[in-house]
Amino acid sequence: MPEDRRVAVLGVGMHPWGKWGRNFVEYGLAAARDALADAGLSWGDIGFVSGADTIRNGYPGFVAGATFAQALGWTGCRVASSYAACASGATAINAARAQILAGLCDVALVVGADTTPKGFFAPVGGDRKDDPDWLRFHLLGATNPTYFALYARRRMELHGATEEDFAAVKVKNARHGLANPYARYRKEVTAEEVLASPMVADPLRLLEICATSDGGAALVLSSMDFARRHGAGDGLVSVAAVSTVTPRFPQTVIEMPNFATDSAVAVADVGGPGFKRSIALAAYEEAGVGPEDVDVAEVYDLSSALELDWYEDIGLCKEGEAEKLLRDGDTALGGRVPVNASGGLSSFGEAIPAQAIAQVCELTWQLRGQAEGRQVERARVGVTANQGLFGHGSSVVLTR
Amino acid sequence: MPPTKSRVPAVDGWFRPEPPALLGSRCTSCGTYAFPREAMFCRNPSCAGTEFEEVPLSTRGRIWSYTDACYQPPAPYVAADPYQPFCIAAVELDAEKMVVMGQMATGVTVGDLGVGTEVELVVDTLYEDDDHEYLVWKWQPVHGGGDA
Repeated sequence: MPEDRRVAVLGVGMHPWGKWGRNFVEYGLAAARDALADAGLSWGDIGFVSGADTIRNGYPGFVAGATFAQALGWTGCRVASSYAACASGATAINAARAQILAGLCDVALVVGADTTPKGFFAPVGGDRKDDPDWLRFHLLGATNPTYFALYARRRMELHGATEEDFAAVKVKNARHGLANPYARYRKEVTAEEVLASPMVADPLRLLEICATSDGGAALVLSSMDFARRHGAGDGLVSVAAVSTVTPRFPQTVIEMPNFATDSAVAVADVGGPGFKRSIALAAYEEAGVGPEDVDVAEVYDLSSALELDWYEDIGLCKEGEAEKLLRDGDTALGGRVPVNASGGLSSFGEAIPAQAIAQVCELTWQLRGQAEGRQVERARVGVTANQGLFGHGSSVVLTR
Repeated sequence: MPPTKSRVPAVDGWFRPEPPALLGSRCTSCGTYAFPREAMFCRNPSCAGTEFEEVPLSTRGRIWSYTDACYQPPAPYVAADPYQPFCIAAVELDAEKMVVMGQMATGVTVGDLGVGTEVELVVDTLYEDDDHEYLVWKWQPVHGGGDA
């Protein structure tokens, strides 16, 4: 038997997503308190606090771990702060897991929260002519949806995806999000409404591109021993794997915020798994499960079209078969393997450092059977997938 | 009479205006290309190369994918007033085995483009102020086909 490297998810908590315009610390604090209450623990029980950073809220956001610890009241516990763009949450989870598995603490608190500006994400201020994230806006006018649209168009050409397929993803996720009390948008939309919404970056329309949101999410993680001593029973959800891998050279798919891919002249691109696929593969390998075991998945639908790419990248189907999976209803609630039962980013909007943590909150509720109004029946294995700018992979496997 | 604004690159050292070409780098040890130019390290994990030569990249390629910008991008993009939507393409270069992004030349719409469309590099205006016209590289469909 390989060594048991699971850690227990004792508690989860979220602050509703929205455009509240308040201090991000408030959302993180609310989520943290909910997670502690859910775990039946108090703040004084926490040995390590792991913050996922926000870069749009000044210095307190860069040192989020300490910021949340101060808000909860200094206790002298261990602390760390992680930034990995959209993968910040998973990186913070992984930091907590490592502390627990190393025996450095029994119980850890992971918190991420964000307050976001309206509209397109812009680079942080100042003239930074050596930062590709600044330069792509200046020289190309390439926003985040530009890159999402490049993938969407490529999918249409290679795999025959249609605008109707992309709209169907939005319709599905909007329906999933209806019953989720933490979702920002809880309104059903029709395919006609999606296809009538303004074009943002051809072929993607306004209702197909995820908004930017305020929100907060938190987890209380512990060693399996602590969880058992704490009285955890059969329903205990555990983190079976966290994948935070980089791409492999040559990375031949254009990635935000780059101007070009790697060159495959010296080292051939042998057609192995691309970066996005390698993220979940690493998680499955670590967890000792495969995509055929997955009952429910939360993937990063920054655009409706991108959700289809993730179906293939997390192994729910072969390359080119995502449209069939969608059209057959396999990824809708009630289908073979529901994807984004929470409503996904489509219903939440993105609160960057909180989002990967929120994915784990949702899967925990799903695996416990507590996802009221959006429950996937008899879910025992869940996977999250996400990717941070500049090459941070993020995937978490949860089991019950 | 054409205006007498001076024409300057919007970024130094990334392209040459005449004849138009992107300026990349090539690792002298393993041959890996990079754009923009790499001076510190070779991205190939099996290569410890520290010397890089500046090389003009292929000026023709085929579209890997494309889109447009229907809404005005935020600063530091400098938009014309009124805003003029534009197309962006990711273009595959055969010799370098890499994909390079660029705006499409002024006036090109998504209807003019397809995955696989052959394009060539041009130098075009990115934005202007009272004294200068700032230049950048763009892609433009090759009409009539055939390699130059």
